[in-house]
Amino acid sequence: MCTLEKRGRVYVLTITGDHEHRLNPTLISAIRAAVARVRSAAPPGGGGSGSALVTAAEGKFFSNGFDESVPAEHHGAMTGGLRRAVADLLSLPMPTIAAVTGHAAAAGCLLALSHDYVLMRADRGFFYMSELDIGVRLPDYFNAALRDKIPAARTRRDVVMRPARMTAAEAESAGVVDRAVGGGAAAVVEEAVRMGEELAARNWNGEVYASARKGVFPEMWRAVAEKGGGDGDEDQEEKEKKGAAGSRL
Amino acid sequence: MTIGAFPEHLHTYISQRERDELEREMCTLEKRGRVYVLTITGGEEHRLNPTLISAIRAALARVRSAALRGGGGGALVTAAEGKFFSNGFDLAWAKTVPAEHHAAMVGGLRRAVTDLLSLPMPTIAAVTGHAAAAGCLLALSHDYVLMRADRGFFYMSELDIGIRLTDYFNAALRNKIPAARTRRDVVMRAARMTAAEAESAGVVDRAVGGGAAAVVEEAVRMGEELAARNWDGEVYASVRKGVFAEMWRAVAEEGDGDGDGDGDGDEDDEEKEKKGAARSRL
Repeated sequence: MCTLEKRGRVYVLTITGDHEHRLNPTLISAIRAAVARVRSAAPPGGGGSGSALVTAAEGKFFSNGFDESVPAEHHGAMTGGLRRAVADLLSLPMPTIAAVTGHAAAAGCLLALSHDYVLMRADRGFFYMSELDIGVRLPDYFNAALRDKIPAARTRRDVVMRPARMTAAEAESAGVVDRAVGGGAAAVVEEAVRMGEELAARNWNGEVYASARKGVFPEMWRAVAEKGGGDGDEDQEEKEKKGAAGSRL
Repeated sequence: MTIGAFPEHLHTYISQRERDELEREMCTLEKRGRVYVLTITGGEEHRLNPTLISAIRAALARVRSAALRGGGGGALVTAAEGKFFSNGFDLAWAKTVPAEHHAAMVGGLRRAVTDLLSLPMPTIAAVTGHAAAAGCLLALSHDYVLMRADRGFFYMSELDIGIRLTDYFNAALRNKIPAARTRRDVVMRAARMTAAEAESAGVVDRAVGGGAAAVVEEAVRMGEELAARNWDGEVYASVRKGVFAEMWRAVAEEGDGDGDGDGDGDEDDEEKEKKGAARSRL
């Protein structure tokens, strides 16, 4: 469901296949596993060992959001699973860049926004928080993420309450993504990797970087890192992670 | 009387008189019309060590009482001599003292920021040279930030040095630089901005051409304009705290705003006095 490669100092996670990349428990799990591999592969940081992560996707879609075909009793696992994936990204000890290679909708937008930098393919694709049009409420951590990442009130209102379907140029102009990149899907990935190399070359200490990130987006971090948050699906793995996190402090 | 958090470990080595002289040498305070001008003196990096922080706090306390005596009003401009506005905390000093003394520095700046946020008059930083790390924080703790256009960088260098930001730094940045991507660039990219870039990004109010003297002049002119509005100083301070509530909460509250894990245990007699005075003002 996703591949992981390294180009120079940059890890590239690609969601594979030419379909909608719906964030169901399986895909979320695959993404989390890849991010975990990046975390353990990356050197601790500082002294010439900086890295970066680029997340991209094949096909027409970056991600079209949650998988609505998943039975209702599993929705908690899905929203909770994405919440944990976001926590993984926010605590990753290296800069992260989303290369939005196709349409991003709903939870797919959240996935993109959970990266430090968001580049978007200019010639095709929309950025679209579709929940209002579908009749679905936003989980708390979505709102916290949007408040931290899109602080401008009128922009955030347009994204969530209108909901605006933005081209890459509109998203860049509104400050929702960093940059619209022309030249097709491969070009936006290349640009993301180039940016990743540039950031990796700063050789920041990874844990200090992650700490800086959590300080810049504390509301988003608090919403995904804390116990509770209404997803009710704390499994053995999560308890284990929390234990490990405690000993890292 | 002790003004400011003078590091305890130096009490045994110099006299009160020597201490006062040392502090006076580190910054001057003058009045131009209605505007108090605090200048950090000397041509070095103006590293924020306990002594300089103490001197700044002493000067701010003098401004506060002068304003009270004079029936209120006025404005404060903070500037510096030489190539630097301030290059941040004194890390070299920190290496020479036991870790438990670092709180005097980080906590001391936190209290200086509290002083500035509660000052009953408008405040303007005239960034006359390089501002880095805690030096940026000092500038941003003013209501207005003018920066010399032709020289100098605004640079939150902590990531490049490998230092974590304390809680009150993050709170200040969130309030003063709410734009997410700008704040990300400042903190998570350690962007080194010229005055023009800082103005364009909304990090400082204005880049002022004409050299160091010109940016100070412009700050004083702005100070006069604001002072002429004759605002009630306490109301002004209250309004400021409302606008930057998160930053105020992070510096004013008891607790571990300086992140040193000891509950900011460097509360001296002066601070208790201030807290008492603050309560009686409410």
